[in-house]
Amino acid sequence: MQAWRQPGFWLPLMIVFLWGLAVLLIRQDTARETAFTLLMCVGLASSLNILLGYTGYVSFGHIVFFGLGGYTGFYFLSQHNWSLLASSLAGGGLSAGLAGLVGLAVLRLRGAYFALATIGINEAARAFVSNFEPFGGATGLFINFSAYEQYGGAGPALWTAFTFLWLITLIVLATSFLVKHSRFGLGLLAIREDEDAAMVMGVKAPQAKTIAYVISAFFPGMIGTLYFFKNGNVEPSDAFQLHMSIESLVMVMLGGQGTVLGPMVGAITYQGLRGYLLTSPIFKSLHLAVAGLILLLIVLFVPAGAVGWVRGRFPRWRRVLE
Amino acid sequence: MILQVKDITKRFGGLQALTEVSFDLPEGHILGLIGPNGAGKTTLFNVINGVYPPEAGRVIFRGQDITGLPPYEVARRGLARAHQVVRPLDDLTVQENVMVGACFGREKHSLSRATRLAGEVLAQVGLKERAGQLAGLLNVAQKKRLELARALAARPYLLLLDEVLAGLNPSEITAMIETIRAIREEGISILMIEHVMQAVMNVSDHIIVLDYGLLIARGTPEEVANNPQVIEAYLGDPQMTARLLAE
Repeated sequence: MQAWRQPGFWLPLMIVFLWGLAVLLIRQDTARETAFTLLMCVGLASSLNILLGYTGYVSFGHIVFFGLGGYTGFYFLSQHNWSLLASSLAGGGLSAGLAGLVGLAVLRLRGAYFALATIGINEAARAFVSNFEPFGGATGLFINFSAYEQYGGAGPALWTAFTFLWLITLIVLATSFLVKHSRFGLGLLAIREDEDAAMVMGVKAPQAKTIAYVISAFFPGMIGTLYFFKNGNVEPSDAFQLHMSIESLVMVMLGGQGTVLGPMVGAITYQGLRGYLLTSPIFKSLHLAVAGLILLLIVLFVPAGAVGWVRGRFPRWRRVLE
Repeated sequence: MILQVKDITKRFGGLQALTEVSFDLPEGHILGLIGPNGAGKTTLFNVINGVYPPEAGRVIFRGQDITGLPPYEVARRGLARAHQVVRPLDDLTVQENVMVGACFGREKHSLSRATRLAGEVLAQVGLKERAGQLAGLLNVAQKKRLELARALAARPYLLLLDEVLAGLNPSEITAMIETIRAIREEGISILMIEHVMQAVMNVSDHIIVLDYGLLIARGTPEEVANNPQVIEAYLGDPQMTARLLAE
């Protein structure tokens, strides 16, 4: 596997790298906030794509890994004064562990049944956290302002969170490419196309699906920790928003499921559109309806998404647009 | 013996699909499996390669009991299968399809070795020019060859072929039979379900006959074609038998 020689590996990485670098150099708060939201979406959509795009399993409740992982990381950060790295690893680790346990049970289900089960998991996690005292129950957790001091104050702490998110997004994109272009990834693609035929060819589908689920859950847990660290608090209604799950699905489908670049393109496009809708007087309360409509249109007319469509139309670009 | 099937019984609810089916397949042989529609041939394949567990009986592959193992474990022990209803991985290229067989079959190749092996196997089945095409775009004959290529890329000891000749025209059948003979020359044993009588009579060393889930006859192609029970239960009319014998 010689990923570093392939343009398809470098293209998404270079875009995110240069973008983050530019934000760090400009050092403007608004640019950072915009980039934070976008990179978060890129990271979440790309993580979801490792399950949705490569194995073909639709997880409607994927935001549970963002929420529960974020809660866990924030708990260690705010209550036990762990470092940002250690607590986000704890958040990612918890999400990955949960995905491993859930996956062994739920990934036996196929199609719509799996999708429904994942919604149930998100709702169960929300109910659990709302009643779990160490996590502050329904009111959630707050960070003590003094905790920001080790990062040089609240302002610099936001820059630290941004830099961290930037690096994680780069790692997610690299992971996505490496998974897709590995032997393991070939097995996942075979499962996506025909799970029974894949098993007859020797693909250990139950294990492979679970590993894909674990990988796709790990990064949202880390990203959640950073997000709540940036916000300074976490509460159940913020952490387990089902509409964020749906929006990540729209991003993946819009850009192109099963491609490395697609979820990034979809995340940026969707967020741009969402920003426009939220500020326009006509659509401001309808943006989720528009998201639903987009999803419907993509599934009906361009199921491969933007990047997938270009790849199908112009095979020569395949090496660049992975 | 590369494969020993002992007293396999399989039921689906009230339907007795297989009743105490037993047979042996010596190494390097081609064994034909024939029988009317609904006789249980494909079900027998599904039991052998682990898609369905049987209610009773054992499947012994190269001396190991593989009864009830999941299909991927069976595949990794060197038993590959080409399906009756072709199942290409549509959105992957022809080459990637074959690489799945190579990567997850008996020899568990790395991606780069699988790429090379896929090239060789595609040349062997005559699909080399199609390597970069999406598998969903192949025609039926090509998809049948792709099924075969995927199975071969696993470097199996035993190959289960489920009606690989069905739907092919006469010249494609002749070419496919040549390919099957060449596979046997490499030392791979073959168990094949086939409805194209002339072909299966021609290519098989031995033939077994299933009817309503029961094994009603076994022997050389001539013996089976002359077996009164087979004529009665399967072939139906004596004229057909005469035709088969004349070939």
